[in-house]
Amino acid sequence: MSDGSFQPGQRVRVRESYPPGHIRTPFYIRGKVGHVTRALGEFKNPERLGVGLDGTPKKTLYEVRFKQADVWPNYNGPVHDTVDIDIYQHWLEKA
Amino acid sequence: MADKHTHEHQQGHGIGGFFRKLFGGGQHDHGHEHDHKHEAHGHAHHAAAAHDHGHAHEAHGHEHHDHGHGHGDHGHDHPHPHPHTAREFQPDEKVHGYYQLLGLALKELLIEKQVFTAEEIRKAIADRDAVTPAMGARVVARAWVDPAFKARLLRDAHAACNEVGVDAGPTNLIAVENTDTVHNVVVCTLCSCYPRTILGLPPSWYKSREYRARIVREPRAVLKEFGTTIPEYMEVRVHDSTADMRYLVVPARPAGTEGMSEEALAALVNRDSMIGVALADSPAKH
Repeated sequence: MSDGSFQPGQRVRVRESYPPGHIRTPFYIRGKVGHVTRALGEFKNPERLGVGLDGTPKKTLYEVRFKQADVWPNYNGPVHDTVDIDIYQHWLEKA
Repeated sequence: MADKHTHEHQQGHGIGGFFRKLFGGGQHDHGHEHDHKHEAHGHAHHAAAAHDHGHAHEAHGHEHHDHGHGHGDHGHDHPHPHPHTAREFQPDEKVHGYYQLLGLALKELLIEKQVFTAEEIRKAIADRDAVTPAMGARVVARAWVDPAFKARLLRDAHAACNEVGVDAGPTNLIAVENTDTVHNVVVCTLCSCYPRTILGLPPSWYKSREYRARIVREPRAVLKEFGTTIPEYMEVRVHDSTADMRYLVVPARPAGTEGMSEEALAALVNRDSMIGVALADSPAKH
């Protein structure tokens, strides 16, 4: 989509970036590929709230599902195990 | 000792004391010094006595429940031939850290500036403590007996909770359902996000680094340690509540509960089953 939004089912990669600050994207998921399960709405951007700003512009939050086998090397469990993580749009790119 | 005692009391009142502690040279003592006459009675008694002194614990009051007051673990039942010196003292809590002191100082300032009163703070803590997992259990029990309600709960948890008189407050709540094929479990790897408005305060293990690190890395092993074995054919789905949403697990309805009342069913819904580290209780246990 040209506005950068994502649809349920779409494959996405979490940006592999390590800026300083109040980031709500866990380290362990950066650079990993999953798929969007749903859009959760627009929320104030914690990275701006975290430094005393008002959190605007708001960011769309997505629930993104990853296969554990894609997240952890040598994951000790069946291939169908998953982890769902809430990630803001600006941390996602098409995969 | 006498000097110290006086010193403490001079510093111990008002904002100035906390600010001096914060910024004025690392005075760690927090008023235990005058308790020494109790110590001959042993550690356990001392620990209890120290608690009763209430040296401005209120500011972190609600965290207290998570400490697990295991005074019995000190092993104070051992025969007591060795002498306890008058100064021997084993604090049962850590001394206040930087942010606790900062919080206390801020609290005192805001009270002094009449932004709010100590009574209002006490009330706010009491209100938080009044939220118990029973509220979540009521929601789950309704979902078990009413499929249409369950559908609404999974679609819009906040509105559905209101239907059974449970106010999730400002929480953006999502309910996720355990089924024959999916077992959900919740964590916040970044901090300790938890659906506090309907489950109350999180257990201390939920906030521990060990749980937070391991439940995403090896969920099945951690679940086993909670006594919960999920068959290989099922999907274990971990929810890392990293952002604005909070998650409530709707555990699977146990077998043998047909015909039970909603109230009796709610009694089977333990807290841990709504986090996802346990299953709902079997009616045989009740």
